[in-house]
Formats: sequence, structure tokens, C-alpha cells
Amino acid sequence: MPISPRELLAEFQLNDSLRQKILAELPKEKLALMLKQMFLTRYFEENAEDLYMRGMVHGTMHLSIGMEASPIGSIAAIGPDDLIIHHHRGHGHTIAKGADLVLMVAEFIGKETGYCRGRGGSMHIADIAGGNMGATGIVGAGLAPSVGIALALKLKHDQRILLSFFGDGASNEGEWHESLNMASIWKLPVVFICDNNQYGMSMAAEKVMNVRHVAERACAYGIPGETVDGNDPVAVYIAVHAAVERARNGEGPSLVECLTYRWRGHSKSDRNLYRTNAEIDEWKQFDPIPRFAGYLMQYGILNEEEVDKVDRSAQAAIKQATEIALAMPEPDPAAVEEEVYAP
Amino acid sequence: MSTNGHRELTYLEALREAMFQEMQRDDNVFIIGEDIGDYGGAFGVTMGMLKEFGPERIIDTPISEAGVTGVTIGAAMMGMRPIMEIMFMDFLTLSANQLVHNASKNRYMFGGNISIPMVLRTPMGSGTGAAAQHSSCMENWFVGVPGLKVVAPYTPKDAKGMLLTAIRDNNPVIFIEHKLLYRTKGTVPEEPYVVPFGKASIAREGKDATILAYSIMVQRSLEAAAQLEKEGLDIEVIDLRSLRPLDAEAIHASVTKTGRLLIVHEAPTMGGFGGELAAVVATGPSFDRLDAPIVRLGGKECPIPYNRILERAAVPQVEDITQAARKLALEGR
Repeated sequence: MPISPRELLAEFQLNDSLRQKILAELPKEKLALMLKQMFLTRYFEENAEDLYMRGMVHGTMHLSIGMEASPIGSIAAIGPDDLIIHHHRGHGHTIAKGADLVLMVAEFIGKETGYCRGRGGSMHIADIAGGNMGATGIVGAGLAPSVGIALALKLKHDQRILLSFFGDGASNEGEWHESLNMASIWKLPVVFICDNNQYGMSMAAEKVMNVRHVAERACAYGIPGETVDGNDPVAVYIAVHAAVERARNGEGPSLVECLTYRWRGHSKSDRNLYRTNAEIDEWKQFDPIPRFAGYLMQYGILNEEEVDKVDRSAQAAIKQATEIALAMPEPDPAAVEEEVYAP
Repeated sequence: MSTNGHRELTYLEALREAMFQEMQRDDNVFIIGEDIGDYGGAFGVTMGMLKEFGPERIIDTPISEAGVTGVTIGAAMMGMRPIMEIMFMDFLTLSANQLVHNASKNRYMFGGNISIPMVLRTPMGSGTGAAAQHSSCMENWFVGVPGLKVVAPYTPKDAKGMLLTAIRDNNPVIFIEHKLLYRTKGTVPEEPYVVPFGKASIAREGKDATILAYSIMVQRSLEAAAQLEKEGLDIEVIDLRSLRPLDAEAIHASVTKTGRLLIVHEAPTMGGFGGELAAVVATGPSFDRLDAPIVRLGGKECPIPYNRILERAAVPQVEDITQAARKLALEGR
């Protein structure tokens, strides 16, 4: 069994006064929104599972339940005009980037009115107008395009920056290494964020790399690398925020590794043959949502009633979006060859 | 277009002029690739461009073909119009992941909300003694990928006009050059002009048989046709120019006229693009007009060997085309 979360996360715990300071600096509305996005992601995915069980979803899905702090803490550190590129397990990133829930659910169930007209589905939700530049299903294949996006920003003297998300598995792909190297030599405005959920499908990350942390690989490219408790959105926010400042100041890319864990299987075919229920249960004790809600209450930012309200409003929003999306039209088979080419 | 603006340029100079003119016209155009700066590109296509446009628009990269292809795609997603040079077509195996999964699919997969206006320029082919890993023709790997466009011009004039079209196209274009064409000369208008994709050209009119070819094989087919003319055979040579989109109409028109079809390409015959071209005729309106079975002449079923004699033997030469076209034109007459 891999190292327990208690041991793994221990050395990355924020000290309480720093957490309190950051929470005090951030506007209450922003913190409430982060909490809401975490609830939205959780409910979106629980709902996704439910729809799947009821036979209402055609394809597969990759759930990030338990991993919500990493995308939401990261994206809280950028502005609305900044950009992201994410991966196959990207519901949290999409929600954090401000997705319209109806369009997102509609895409998930393959409706014509979805973000990608039902052509992309769960794995490829992109909201280009909202700065979500999409997700690739080829592990690690989003890295190089993210470097190209950052290159374009730099060439156009555009002040925006890009967050480029990937998993621990991607860091063993050749393109990952090529990408970090190019971003570094060209000092591009990109932050690489590893959602390290400990497994690439069934393969334990520790078995397929001979360094302890993905972030250690940054030194090979002459850029900063930092590992954080990826189940604490405040820790994620602090590290990504510093990396974003660096990128915006023209100092180049950074690598932030968020240690987290996926509670569900890799996809619908997963029978959890490579890990124990005890391990999953141990990680559930580090559930990022009650942790974040707990901090907000502990430091007097939200009271219990307000947290409940955020929770209920998220639940209601997913329910409502789903009802609307389910009634939306399916694509027309006659349109199957549309939009292959741009005019 | 004024005739006094026409000069003799090499294929290579025509390509460079196209890029030069587009970069002057549009700030979004830049070139990215290995050794394209001081070195001027492995074949010299970008020679002098670094001096003119500077390192921000002539971007020399690490030897990271897969990554650079992805970088090119990302920049195109942001509305830039990158031209990427891949030094040898063989290296497209490294680019294939990005070309096949991101360049060709992102627009469709993201609901038509983005476009990828990029050009990937690359030289293919044998004849330089570069052996098996620097001589491949791989057009057949990419013509079957919806979302990509694949072109392979033969004349310097088409090289310039089609490269302009490629740069202005809002889709990923694989622009195939041929090493042995770089030094060939032809008349090229000086002012910018476009040659549309999806339109074949009749390189030589004839009535006794049709040769369908592209890139270097147009040159060899024209030489074969010139020889056969002395024997009283009148061969038509169609220069496809654009493989995807494909000008099926031009193919049918020529086959309808001649009743005989020889397809020539340098890539190995098995699985080669010639199979698709044969199928176009076999399943289309010109099939009824065939007076003889379709003939295919492609590369031999082997990697390109180093030895000069073997290298020549591995791909269609003028004498092979002459022989095949003669036999076809005379069959059953």
C-alpha cells in the first residue's frame, strides 16, 4: 500500500497563521464562490454517476470526486480573462473557469446545445469564449499546445497567463518534458499544474518515477517546482498565486504539484483491483470540501448557516441545470460532418 | 497579373517568397522549426529570413518535433498563423500525435468554436542518398484524417501560390515539398497570388492515356510523356496538386477522355494514396469509359536503401513510367 495520506501530506501542511492571513485577505464573496464551485463539482459528478446508472449517458466519464481543491484553488488565483487548458478529468476546472452549468450538463449528455454541440462530451469540454481552451484525452497532449498558447500571448504582448493542468501520469510522457523545456527557454507565461491523484489509471505514481515528487522534475528545466497539499484549496491558491505572479512578471513558467486522490475509479471500467478500500477510506478523511468549509467557519468568514446555504444552492443549481439540459435537443445526424473544417 | 512581373525562380525561392510576402502582410504569421534561423533550414528554404524578421518571428526550436508541433497548434488556437518546418517528412511520426489528435480534431471536438490556421511544411522523398529514415513519403498517413488538408505542389508557381493559400487557410495544412524539386526552376509571378486547394491541373494534354501524379512524379511523368510522344503516343499528365481536398472531377474528366489510367507515386504501392485514386475511378462516373484496367506504379515494398543503384530502383523512375504508360496506351488497341 502506498504511503498514507496523513504521512504524505504532513510535510506540506500550511501553518495556521498563514492560512488565516490569506483567508483574511481574500474577499468573502470570492471564498464563498470557491466553496460553491467545490460543491458544484461534487454534485455535478454525483449527478453524472446517477445519470449514468439510469442509462441516460451514452459514454464514459472520468470523475474527480475528492480532487476538487486543486482546480478550484488554482483557478481562484487567476483573473477571468486568463486562460486554462485541462485534461480528461476536467469537470472541476471547467466549473472553476465559470462554465454555464446548463451548457456543461448538456455537453455531458451529448446535446446539440452543449458547449461542444455534443461532439466532445465529458472528456473534451471547452468554453473558448470563457478562456477554457479545452481538454485532450491523450495523456500529456495538452502540454505542448499550452506552451503554444503561452508563446502566442508573449508574442502578442498580451498580459494574460495560462494554467496548464495535467495528471501525474502525463509527467511520464515525452511531450511533457519537451513542453516544460520550451516554456522555460522562452520564459513563457504559463503555470504547469499537476493534479497528482497518485495513480495513472491503475499504475501507482511512485512505481513509475524515481523521484519522490513530480515537482522535483522542474529542476531539470531550470524552473521552480513546488509540491502542495492538493486537498487544501488555500495551499493550492498560495502556490499557484505566486507562480502566476512570476509568469505575469515575465519570469517564466513554474510547476506546482497538488497532492490529491480520486475516490472513484479511473473510468467506468475500473474495478479498483490495484488499491484497497482502506486506502480510499483513509483519503476520504481528507475530503477537501469539509476541510475548506471548516477553515471558513473556523476563521469566522462563513457561519454554518451560510455554508449550508452555499451547499444547497449548488445542489439546486445542478438539479435545475440537469432538468433544463435533459429537455434539450439531440444533434441532427445530417450535421455529423459539420465543422470539421473552418470556412 | 502583369507578365513583366514573371521571373524564373527555383521552387525553393518561390516558397521563401511566399513566406516573405505573407509575413510582411500579416503580423500573425511566424515560422517555427529546427535550424531555420542562422542555418536557414536544412535545405535553405528560410535562408536570410532571421535577418529580415528577427528571432521573434523566425523561431528556432529544440529538437522536439512532437512538442513543437503542439506549440504550433496552440499558437494557431490563439489566432496566429504559424508555419512550422519539419526537416524531413520522416519525422512526422513524432508530430503525428499532435497532428492527428489536436490539429485535426480540436475544432470538431470543441463544437466548431475554434480553428487551427497552421501550415506544416515538410520535404519528402528519396534521391539524395539519405537512406531509410530521411527519405520517406508519408502522404498516405495523413490523407485519411478528416480535419487536415494535404497538398503537394510540383511547379514553383504552384509552390508559391499554394503556400499563400495554405497560410491564409483557417485549417491545418500539411504542405509537402520534395527535396529534388527545391532546385527546379519555373516562371513565378512576383506579386502575391493564390492557387486554390482541391483543383488539379492538366500538366500536359493528351488523348491516349492519363497519368495521375503529384510532386516529383509529375516531373518524371512529363518526361515519360515526352518520350512517348516520339513514339506517336499522346499522354495526358494530371498534376493533382492537392490530395485532400481531392479534385475528383478533374480525374473523371481526364479518364473519360483517354479511357486509360496510370497512377504514379513515390510512396510504396501497398496502402498508398494511389489506392484511393483508383477507387475514385472504379466507383465513379468514369469507370464505364475505361478501356483497360487501372495501372498503379508506386515505390517498391521496402524502406529506401542507401546505395545509389538500389535507391533508384526503389521508386518509379522515368523509364518505369514510360514503360508502364506505353503498355497501357497500347493495350488492346
